[in-house]
Amino acid sequence: MKRNSIYIAGILLSTMWIMYGFTGVNSYFIITKDDVKLIVPKGFPKPVYTFKNNTLTPEVFVLGRKLFYDPILSKDSSTSCASCHQRIAAFAHFDHPLSHGINGLIGKRNVSALQNLIWKDALMWDGGVNNLEVQPINPITNPVEMNESLANIIQKLKHNKDYVEEFNAAFHTNVINSEELLKSLAQFTGLMVSANSRYDKYIRKEDTFSKAEQHGLVLFRANCAACHKEPLFTDNSYRDNGIGSDTSLKDMGRGAITGQDADNMRFKVPSLRNIEMTYPYMHDGRFRNLEQVLNHYTHTAKLTDRADTVLKKGISLTEEDKKDLLAFLKTLTDKEFLYDRRFADPNMK
Amino acid sequence: MQRRFRNRVSFLLCIAALVAAMSFKSVGNDKFGTVNIEFRHYVGDSILVLDDKSYSNSLGQTFNVSNIKYYICNIHLKRRDGTEYVSKEYFLVNEAETVSKSVLLNNVPAGDYTSLTFTLGVDSMHNCSGAQSGALDPVNAMFWAWNTGYIFLKLEGKSAASASPGKIFEFHVGGYKQPYNHIRSITLDMPGQGLQVSTSAVATMVLKADIAKVFNSDTVIDISKTSSITEPKSAKVVADNYVHMFSLLK
Repeated sequence: MKRNSIYIAGILLSTMWIMYGFTGVNSYFIITKDDVKLIVPKGFPKPVYTFKNNTLTPEVFVLGRKLFYDPILSKDSSTSCASCHQRIAAFAHFDHPLSHGINGLIGKRNVSALQNLIWKDALMWDGGVNNLEVQPINPITNPVEMNESLANIIQKLKHNKDYVEEFNAAFHTNVINSEELLKSLAQFTGLMVSANSRYDKYIRKEDTFSKAEQHGLVLFRANCAACHKEPLFTDNSYRDNGIGSDTSLKDMGRGAITGQDADNMRFKVPSLRNIEMTYPYMHDGRFRNLEQVLNHYTHTAKLTDRADTVLKKGISLTEEDKKDLLAFLKTLTDKEFLYDRRFADPNMK
Repeated sequence: MQRRFRNRVSFLLCIAALVAAMSFKSVGNDKFGTVNIEFRHYVGDSILVLDDKSYSNSLGQTFNVSNIKYYICNIHLKRRDGTEYVSKEYFLVNEAETVSKSVLLNNVPAGDYTSLTFTLGVDSMHNCSGAQSGALDPVNAMFWAWNTGYIFLKLEGKSAASASPGKIFEFHVGGYKQPYNHIRSITLDMPGQGLQVSTSAVATMVLKADIAKVFNSDTVIDISKTSSITEPKSAKVVADNYVHMFSLLK
C-alpha cells in the first residue's frame, strides 16, 4: 500500500516535471493540443506583429518549427535557418562574426539573435524588412546564405508526403504556397519571447541582485539605456555608434534602405537580452567579447560628425564600473527561454 | 420581457433590411456584365515580340525586350452620371503569359462607361501586409526582400548601348514611401458612347502599352548611362515616363 502511493507520487512528480519542461512555468505562450496563446509580458509595450492575419494554432507552430530546422529551404539541402540561428545562442550564431551560407560562403553581417521579434517595427540590422512574415525571404534567396528560390521550395515541399499532410492539417487547403510557408515560420519565430531573465525577476521582485549587479544596473541606466531602452533593451532606432566602416564590407547600413546620406553607417540598436550568449558583437561581429564592447564605448569610438549625439557626450567607466556593468548585463540571460524545448529541433529527441 | 423586446428589435431590423434592399434594387441597377481590359504591348507602332526582335529608342540605341511585367490595381470605371465601379483586386500583367494580359472584371453594373482609372503599382498597405498569395505572391519575382516592397514594373532586355555586364538593361521600379513614392495613377477617357456594359456580351477595351514611352516621355533615357535601376531611389524617371505609355486602342 505504502509502496503503491510512493509509486503513484513518483509518476505524478515525473508527469509534472515533463509538463514543466513542455510549458515552462513563466512561459509567455501556452501550447496545448487545441490552442496556442500568447501572453504579453507585464511592462512590455503592445506587440507590433499581432498574429491578426495569422491565427496561432498548434499545427502551424509545429509546422513552422519543422521548417525552421529543415535544410530543405536551402538550394543544396545543406543549410537550415537553425544552421545560423542556434537556440542556445538565443538563435544568434555562436562564435561566428559573419553569417555562413551554402558552399562555405560568408555573408556580410553578424547573425542577429531571434527573440521578442513581434516588438520590432522593422527587422535586420538596417531595418529593411517591414514585416516579420517576409523576413525569411532574405536568407532563403541570398546567394551567400541559402541561395534558394521560394518557387523551388514550394515544389520541393509539394513532393514531400509528410509536408503535404502537415500543410493540409495546418491550413486546411490543398495547396502549399509561400504565404503558408512564411506564416508558419512567423508563428514559430514570433513566439520566441524572452522575458524571464534574472533582470526580469528582479524587476518583478522575484529575485535579488548582488551589490555589483545593482551598481551595474545604475551604471546601465546612466550610460546605455538612452539607446538600449528597457524592457526590450532597444529603442528600435538606427544609430552610428562610432565603430566606423569595415573597409572590406563597405556596409552603409540604414542609408542603403532609405537612400538618405544622413542614414549611412547607421544600424539598428540591437537588444541586449541574452547578450552573454550572442557573441561576437556589432553588425559585423568585430568584437569578440563584452569587454571589447565596453572598451569601444569608453575609448575607441570614433566621434565623427555622423556619430550619434548620445555617444558624443562620452561614456567614462572605471575598471570596477565595467566589472559591475558586465555583471548586470549577464542578468539579461534568460535560461528558461534558452532551454525551452518547444523551440528545439523536433528531430532531436 | 427582455427576450420579447429583442425579438421585436430583430423583427424590425429584418423589415428595415428588406426595405433597404428593395429600394436599392429599384434605384440601382440589377443587370451586370463582364469587362475585359486587354493589354497589348508595343514599341512605337510595332507589336512587341519578346527576345527576337530589335527596336531602337529615340537616341537610335537598339534594344530587345525579354521581360515586361507590371501590377495593376484599384480599377475605377466611371459612368457618365459620375457613378463608379471599383475593383480593389491586384492583377499582374505579364507579356509572357497571354492570360494575364486580359484583366477580367465581373459583376460590373450595366451602363455606358466613359473613363477608366487604374493604379500602376502596389499601395502602401499591401506593401506592408506580410506574406500574401495570388498576384502578390513573392514567387512572382516582383518583390524586393532586402528592402521590403513590391516591384511595380519590371522591364528587362539587352542593348548594345548598355554598359552593364552582358549588355543587359533592367528597370525595376517600385517604392511606396516618400520621398521615393512611385505609385502612379493613370486615367484614360473613352470617346463617343464609351464602353457599353450589358448582360449579353463581354465588353472589351483594348489598351496599348507602348514601351518606347518608357525610354522617352518626360525624360529621354540614355541606355549607355542608365541601364540598371533596381531600387526606389533612382526609379522616378522611369515611373514618370511610363505613366504615359497607356492609350486606348479600341
